[in-house]
Amino acid sequence: MKKNTKIIASLILAAALLGLLIFIDNSELKSSMLSTCLQKGAIYALVAVSMNLLNGFTGLFSLGQAGFMLIGAYTYAILTIPVASRASVYQYFDGGVVQFAIPVLPAILIAGLMAAVFAALIGLPVLKLKSDYLAIATLGFAEIIRAVIQWQQVAPLTNGSNMLRAFPTYSSILFPFIISGICIAAIILLIRSSYGRAFKAIREDEIAAEAMGINMFKHKMMSFVISSFFAGVGGALLAMFQSSVQAKGFTSAMTYEILLIVVIGGIGSITGSIIASFLFVSSMEWWLRFLDETQFIGDFEVPLLGTGFRMVVFSVVIMIIVLFWRRGIMGNKEFSWDGIFKFFKDPFGIVSKIKAKGAVKKNG
Amino acid sequence: MANTVLSIENITVQFGGVVAVNNLSMHVDEGEIVSLIGPNGAGKTTAFNAITGVYQATNGRVIFNDEIILESHPTGKMKKLYAGENADLYHKIISKTPDKIAKLGMGRTFQNIRLFKELSVLDNVMIAKHMRLKGNLFTDTFMINYKEERKLREVCLELLKIVDLYDLRDEVASSLPYGKQRHLEIARALATEPKLLLLDEPAAGMNPQETEELTALIRKLRKDFNLTILLIEHHMNLVMDISDRIYVIDFGKLISSGTPEMVQGDQRVIDAYLGVADDE
Repeated sequence: MKKNTKIIASLILAAALLGLLIFIDNSELKSSMLSTCLQKGAIYALVAVSMNLLNGFTGLFSLGQAGFMLIGAYTYAILTIPVASRASVYQYFDGGVVQFAIPVLPAILIAGLMAAVFAALIGLPVLKLKSDYLAIATLGFAEIIRAVIQWQQVAPLTNGSNMLRAFPTYSSILFPFIISGICIAAIILLIRSSYGRAFKAIREDEIAAEAMGINMFKHKMMSFVISSFFAGVGGALLAMFQSSVQAKGFTSAMTYEILLIVVIGGIGSITGSIIASFLFVSSMEWWLRFLDETQFIGDFEVPLLGTGFRMVVFSVVIMIIVLFWRRGIMGNKEFSWDGIFKFFKDPFGIVSKIKAKGAVKKNG
Repeated sequence: MANTVLSIENITVQFGGVVAVNNLSMHVDEGEIVSLIGPNGAGKTTAFNAITGVYQATNGRVIFNDEIILESHPTGKMKKLYAGENADLYHKIISKTPDKIAKLGMGRTFQNIRLFKELSVLDNVMIAKHMRLKGNLFTDTFMINYKEERKLREVCLELLKIVDLYDLRDEVASSLPYGKQRHLEIARALATEPKLLLLDEPAAGMNPQETEELTALIRKLRKDFNLTILLIEHHMNLVMDISDRIYVIDFGKLISSGTPEMVQGDQRVIDAYLGVADDE
């Protein structure tokens, strides 16, 4: 395909998606399941891509994502609750210690920066660890943060284990798409830059990367801090989406959900993470919901279905993917029109396989 | 007299009770090709790793371009265990990390090829240029210094032409044939803009014709890039053909040094390689 055709095709696709979103935004579909899945999908896509930057491109297996999202969500909420509502939100703590509110966009930025600062602090000791140990340490950090935020001593700031609410949210469903889009674009640019190449070099071979003059600690730290920044922004968006935050929602299970998205999409593929994020959120929230309710086929009551069965099915799907489709949807490749074109000409390489077999028969 | 680029003084590397390199001293002058040879397991690669900062030597000092990149003496548990010599000669601990040493101008290749396997040939070379970049994270991400990036790409493509990989620039590194991978390692090391190039068995696994081509390539590189080269190699033809001077080590100890002719005639070298007859 020619370069111009590709650009035009991309523009048409982008315009179609934008049109679809605007349409949903202005119709009754706005409060439908479709709209919910799209919004949450966009937010999870950002967090998954940020995790992919760390786990897929730099090769650092970190499981702290939920912790950084939590910091982002709380920072956003604490900074933006209108002064008038603070008395009712912090009802057990005399209206809390923060008695000002800042606009939404700076608050989102600060939410990211706060997560980045925490990442830099824990990165100092933690990034000296390798593989599994790094995962355990970051997972531990996420759990500790969750406990600390619910601690009574900091409650005037965080409202303890009570909910934070009444902060401004977005009115148009385009908002999470725009913020996520900008952030993901920045991550893509980073990965394609010289620093992105250095990150990949660390993933491929640390000793060789160091011998090529790449400062190991500095670059690992960079990747960790940047990834956490975007996780923090994602957390802030999630807070807006849910319109309330509570620390107990940000469990390690949330990190695993995001890790799952990364694995399903393909470790080291941005587009994979994005596609997988929408698929995951849709099946989790929508398509597989019916498994949680009693279903009848005619007069026959389908056995096993009931609350929680959705998760059983989900686990089985995950196991199948990990066992047989380990490289995920995209492997470490990115979406390309050439790839799509090739796929339609020769889905899963079936045509070429058949041709190859035919050739063997002819020769034999 | 030519400038000394690399000077290694009394280097000892000891792992637990095993002395891998024992009191090795050598120097490499500007523009020279110097070889380090010895039987298998003599400690050549360990010496390389100590020079490039991968291992911290137990004792000794390495000076590169008038800068001390390594100075060490036995400490901690090693104090009791130390089985080498010259334990009280050095009093400081300086241990530059491999990336700092690379930045000072020491490029290297690896004995067991260590390419960035899943990345393209061009990316492999461009990664080595990363540390020479003037831009920072911000300018680089948002392509404010795109001119520098473009220039860098040009330079890397030139390097690929020199090692005859230009046509394969978009291939994944691991898909290259073995000999080409060795060439790519050399191109990558050159991209770090080295003054001193350390080649760890560049001809390993190559047939005689490929070895000959490699010899020519190394000569050409020395001339075109004003390089000084330190080489570990088992192919004696290559070593004797190309080297200005040779150091021979066995069991971590220096047993002979000098021009190829001198080393070839040295009885200790012959004994080390062929063994000493029992019935003398």
